[in-house]
Formats: sequence, C-alpha cells, structure tokens
Amino acid sequence: MIRVSVQDHDFKLSDEIARISSCSNDAGAVVSFVGLVRGQSNGEELRALILEHYPEMTEREILKTVDSCLNRWPLKGVTVIHRFGQLKPNDQIVLVLTAAPHRQDAFDAAQYLMDYLKTRAPFWKREIRASGEHWVEAREADDRAAARWDQN
Amino acid sequence: MYLKKMLEAVARVQWKQDSIVKLLFFAWLRQRVGHSESVLAKPADVETVLELVSWLARQSDGYARAFEDISRIRVSINQTHAALSDKISDSDEVAFFPPVTGG
Repeated sequence: MIRVSVQDHDFKLSDEIARISSCSNDAGAVVSFVGLVRGQSNGEELRALILEHYPEMTEREILKTVDSCLNRWPLKGVTVIHRFGQLKPNDQIVLVLTAAPHRQDAFDAAQYLMDYLKTRAPFWKREIRASGEHWVEAREADDRAAARWDQN
Repeated sequence: MYLKKMLEAVARVQWKQDSIVKLLFFAWLRQRVGHSESVLAKPADVETVLELVSWLARQSDGYARAFEDISRIRVSINQTHAALSDKISDSDEVAFFPPVTGG
C-alpha cells in the first residue's frame, strides 16, 4: 500500500497505523515517524509556523522518493503525509510510516524517506516570532544525512 | 486562464521565434521579486537557467535582489529538480526557490 497525501488538515497516527497494518499479512514491523512543530526557535518563542509548497511538484517529488525507497527495501507499505499552511507549536507536520517483514528494513526505509523529504520535497518554512517573520534556513546536516544514502 | 493565453500570444507576436517560459518564485525569492508567477518571452541567446538568471537580473531591481547570491538559489524545470547549467526549452515551467526546508 502506497499512500501519499499533501494536506492542510491534521492526521491521526492511530488511524494511519491501522490502515497500513490491515493491508498486508506479511508485515512484521511498522515504523512511524511524526515531525512536530517546536515551540522555540533561536531562543525565541514561536507563535506560528507557515509552510508554503509548490503544489504541482510536491506530490511528484514525494512519490519519486517513495519509489526509490521501494527499490531498496522489501516494503509492504509506505505512508507519507505532509502538511502545509499555518501550524502552531506542537502541531504535527509530517508523518512517515513504513511496513516491512522485518524491523531493520522498516527503520532504514523510514529514515531514508525523512532524509530525502527534507532535502527534495519543495516545502519552505516561515517562522512567526515576537521579533518578526523569519524564513527557516536549510541545514547542512540534512544534506549530509541524505547524501550518506548515495554511498551505500 | 484567458488572460494568460492572451499574454502568451502577444509575447509570441512581439518576439517571433523566441520561446515562452513560465516562471515561478517561492519563499523569500517570491517576496524579493514581488510576484509568484510570470510568463515571458526569453531571447533566443538565453539557453540555460544560469543565462536566464543573468538576463532576468538585468530586467528589474526585484530580480537583481532575488538573484544576488546564486549559491542560495535552487531551480526546477517542469516540476523536476534541475541544475543551473540545464537548458530551457519552449513552454517550460521554470521555478526558482531557496533550498527546501520541509519535513
């Protein structure tokens, strides 16, 4: 089962796990990653986080990442949900679920998906803080995390 | 949609054989440029993304400000990540944006 959704509304983790689990009898492992909005940034309280994206490209890019993930690991299911719009501290931003016969593949695939989403999916974050609006800068650590998958 | 078609037609007549490209701008690039989308006829000698960037930077202060540090710009052609050295064809959709920060 492949499920990719780019949406402004929230998602429910338990529903998504139930959905991916019910689609296969051979999945012995389901790994989940949920990204949340942090309440602080640069020592300042965060009021809101606004996520902008490139609608015509986002889903395509996520599907490509899922596709390359399926070529690397024997997965039984993948779910990727990414939100856009205005979010508050503690809100859920992103969900990645991977289902596989054994846990190591599910762990690795989930990490791969997150590393690639961070560096390929066309989303941009803008923080609203007391001092004003700030565009979030891309982190080199994220590029390095994604690059290590090219080496093995 | 109708207006866009009109603009394209006018641009084609004005520039004859030049190709029409659709430009999109995201995040702070959009703010610096002052709009999110434009359709224009690019001169025939502008072939690559990098050449398009240099040409645009000469067209307005907004473009010049947006493209002042090329190392901070990423680009896609027809919704696929691309390089500055990639060639642009007629009717391509070229998007400019900062490094992505999703997830």
